[in-house]
Amino acid sequence: MYAIPFLICFPLFVALLLGIAGKGKAGNVITIGGAGVIMLSSVAFFTYCAMNGFKSMELFYETELADRLILAGEILLMILVTVKCFIHKRYWISLLSIIPTGMIAYVEFTGEHEQIAHIYVDRLSALMCLIVGIIGSLIIIYAVGYMDGYHAHHKDIMDRRYYFFLLLFVFMGAMYGFVLSSSLIWLDFFWELTSVCSFMLIGYTRLEEAVTNSFRALWMNLFGGLALAIGIVYYYYTVGDLSFRKFIEEGVAGNPFSVIPITLMAFAALTKAAQLPFSPWLLGAMVAPTPSSALLHSATMVKAGVYVLIRLSPAFQDAATGNLTTTGTMISLIGGFTFCVASVMAIAQADAKRVLALSTVSNLGLMVACAGVGTPETIWACIFLMIFHAVSKALLFLDVGATENSLFSRDIENMHGLLIRLPRLAIFMFIGIAGMFLAPFGMLISKWSALRAMVDEKNMLTLIFIVFGSATTSFYWSKWMGKIIAHVNLDSTMPVKDVTKKSELFSLWIEAVMMILLCILFPFLSKVYVDPLLNDMFNSNGEVLPMSILYMLVIIITFVFAIPLITSAYSKHIASNMKMSYMGGINTGTNHNFVDSFGEPKKLFLTNYYFATRIGVRKLMLPSQIVTSAILLLMGCIIFGGAL
Amino acid sequence: MNTVITKILWALAYLIFAPLIGGLLEGMDRKISARMQRRVGPPLLQPFYDVGKLLHKQTISVTKSQSFLMLSYLFFMMITGVMFFIGTDILMCMFVLSTAAMFLYFAATVTSSPYSTIGASRELIQIMAYEPAVLLTCVGFYVVRKTFEVGSIIKADDSAIRYLPGVFVAFVFVLTIKMRKSPFDISTSHHPNQEVIKGVTAELGAKNLAYFQITEWYENVILMGIIGLFIINRNPISIPIAIVVVLAVYFLEILIDNCSARMKYTKMLFLAWTVTLIASGCNIWLLMMILGD
Amino acid sequence: MYNMKRSPWVMHYDGSSCNGCDIEVLACLTPVYDAERFGIINTGDPMQADILLITGGINSQNAPVVKQIYEQMPRPKVVCAIGVCACTGGIFKDCYNIKGGADTVIPVDIYVPGCAARPQSIIDGIVKAIDLFQKRLEEHAAMVAEKKEA
Repeated sequence: MYAIPFLICFPLFVALLLGIAGKGKAGNVITIGGAGVIMLSSVAFFTYCAMNGFKSMELFYETELADRLILAGEILLMILVTVKCFIHKRYWISLLSIIPTGMIAYVEFTGEHEQIAHIYVDRLSALMCLIVGIIGSLIIIYAVGYMDGYHAHHKDIMDRRYYFFLLLFVFMGAMYGFVLSSSLIWLDFFWELTSVCSFMLIGYTRLEEAVTNSFRALWMNLFGGLALAIGIVYYYYTVGDLSFRKFIEEGVAGNPFSVIPITLMAFAALTKAAQLPFSPWLLGAMVAPTPSSALLHSATMVKAGVYVLIRLSPAFQDAATGNLTTTGTMISLIGGFTFCVASVMAIAQADAKRVLALSTVSNLGLMVACAGVGTPETIWACIFLMIFHAVSKALLFLDVGATENSLFSRDIENMHGLLIRLPRLAIFMFIGIAGMFLAPFGMLISKWSALRAMVDEKNMLTLIFIVFGSATTSFYWSKWMGKIIAHVNLDSTMPVKDVTKKSELFSLWIEAVMMILLCILFPFLSKVYVDPLLNDMFNSNGEVLPMSILYMLVIIITFVFAIPLITSAYSKHIASNMKMSYMGGINTGTNHNFVDSFGEPKKLFLTNYYFATRIGVRKLMLPSQIVTSAILLLMGCIIFGGAL
Repeated sequence: MNTVITKILWALAYLIFAPLIGGLLEGMDRKISARMQRRVGPPLLQPFYDVGKLLHKQTISVTKSQSFLMLSYLFFMMITGVMFFIGTDILMCMFVLSTAAMFLYFAATVTSSPYSTIGASRELIQIMAYEPAVLLTCVGFYVVRKTFEVGSIIKADDSAIRYLPGVFVAFVFVLTIKMRKSPFDISTSHHPNQEVIKGVTAELGAKNLAYFQITEWYENVILMGIIGLFIINRNPISIPIAIVVVLAVYFLEILIDNCSARMKYTKMLFLAWTVTLIASGCNIWLLMMILGD
Repeated sequence: MYNMKRSPWVMHYDGSSCNGCDIEVLACLTPVYDAERFGIINTGDPMQADILLITGGINSQNAPVVKQIYEQMPRPKVVCAIGVCACTGGIFKDCYNIKGGADTVIPVDIYVPGCAARPQSIIDGIVKAIDLFQKRLEEHAAMVAEKKEA
């Protein structure tokens, strides 16, 4: 089974190649070729797993060399971080790297443990590989076209685009490694690697703001990494094992020594998934060029946090009583709170990328809440949220990036009438947004099942958060959608040229088609893939969601696609008399100007509600950070006090 | 097989009779409102006359897609109603209902006209205000009955309102918002010469306005159905009681409509959410504690 | 032919006037006279209106406004000029800015005299307008049918 080392090492190899020969045309070819190979190989790997019937595989027991390499890599990362920290005079951050690395290295050198499998493949990791492979490579392909336009606009930023591509590839490799590893040491290494990669990507522009934000991302993620390392070391010295699978099994069985490591690992996942109080790092990541934020937000990085939580989720149910453990309660509470507050903050944003960023945080909150409850139903919801979110967020980010290159702005107010001005991009955007919240796209059914599970688990607070959060979520998405479709006359607005490159369009098309296919096929997907996945995970049998609800969904989906088609076909036959819009009788005739008190035409300017002074990030971020920190501290004390 | 036929009959009955019932309710509304103001008021069938006239007028629109969006709004509302009355999942119904509401928003905002855009934004705020209460109502039914299926909810031994008085209060409260009645008629003013003219419906004339009216009838019947769901149980006597309660709630809405002035949206949002949290939230929370295990 | 008489929705526009007729018209539409029992609704939106009530004369500033509002109304529609100013320009007729009555910019169907117009005559005018409204519908239907044939 050499496919797995290939998956992990090939992106790193491409990165190396880019580092050596990546300049000009050759660099572009390597990048696109590499991304293509990664995409194909991840699909091939998935098909291979499918042909095996997705049998769980434990592989690579003897890995002397790889272990050494990984240790070396870890130390290299530590040195890199330390040097960076000293260059930028943020000395204390280096401690967050030195301490965990030292601890892990100590375990590695002194510890003796049983032979364990270092790689573990099951349905979940195969799915993650597929998501990372397809979405990630599409983003890289898009980046080739995007960086051209980006550096054409931003002359002040040094053109290091091949370095940028290189980082993207390293990132992909790290993600593959992360989702496939079954050794806690390996897991920790890939964890740190993604943290450092995201740090470098955010700091790409080397502007003042970028450097500040990148260090914020670095310390928050390293802080999580520290918790992870402490958890691993604690677990090693109490249980004496380093297998991730065993780790979870111990947790499910209710080993008292695994409570603290699991809590620490879940805490680390919270930092990576950008939950409050750690959300600022993801919001700050917006300063980087669009492809990197797309990568961080959709397929990788944040999904790593969710992946860990899904893996841990069976352990959130107390084996003895069947109730939710305190850790699970903490995770679901933080997730629910983040879902609600982040979506409220998103209302106040007019910058498209910031709306996307906050919606990522908020949606991750929902996923985290679902994972925290840890029942098959919520994990079902969580997995579908993850799939849909990965595709639609990638689509939206890439589309906003392309729109920004054409429109020279990413203010939602400037997207008025985008459907007429940039029809292609507007339709992609529309599909992406619809995927985020409208019936019958997956978000909705996931919310349905999450609500039901919260009632079953008697998790009242999280339930309230989800109910209010979904109201605010639909507010900011629909006002954006309304902006896009608003009607404008072509002659009255500035002509806009669609400068979207072929490579960008390629990615956008594939993602849009994927989005729609997912929407149509997901009852099927649930039956053949996600249900068995959950049955494996929880050692259960049967369907997570009743088939009747899925059938109903199929019917709704049919209607949702059929009704607009039928009505638009019908309404074309209605001979309608066009009238000017009503402006108290002083419409100048174009629907865009009215006559002012001097008798001169004045431009009509329409904006949405934002309530920026009441619920902006500045207003809400600090209080909510305080609240969530308090929750974490309090519940952390309870958990640790109970366990020690 | 028998159940399928009853379901089809229910669906057909809803599609045919809902607009009649909705129209009659509105006619009653106008009549009672008039009497409250010491007027004679229009005939009971006045809403039908109005819609008939609108359908016969010249078709007009500001942008071409308006009628397409309004028709979609109408059809989605029909589907919601059919789903509700054949006894499927109530939470799903509410999700489809919110999709329908989206189409009204689009129809208003697509014109790029000042009045309808303001109305549309306010409509969105209204949706945001009532959505939690509506979702919590569905959740409340689930807590009591362990199912979202309307068909199973009505087969219980006793009325749901016994367990869900708070949820009922919150639902009736947001009903005023959902029916766009004063003091929460902020998205479509009921009276002319006000700051939003006609709000979301400002650019709808003739046929499009008729679609809007008919959709409102369909919607009101669904909402009244949900009110009825609080009462109806296995016992057939509960059905006339439910009808009485529905009429009483409708009368209450008319009364509120006639004796209150419009509120600001901030106050509406605050009030709606507070009532939802306190009445509905506490009710469900207590239920969870009591019914637990 | 469909009976449209049962639902005439009116819209009121006040031009260049002393506001006397304006107040009279609004007074006629208050609950005291209960115009709604005939299905009359005062709407502020031309797209939804059937009968346009104009009070006051036309000056060069409001001429395009009146014209636009009239154009935005869907057919069949009726215009009712209320008060002597709307009919002919009235006492403002000779002012430098006054063009004359409403019929200088749009076709007026019913002229209601008076300064200010009395409620009785306003209601009388509206009733006449309602009859005409029905007739207009027949004309409109015939026109649409003709168009279809062509």
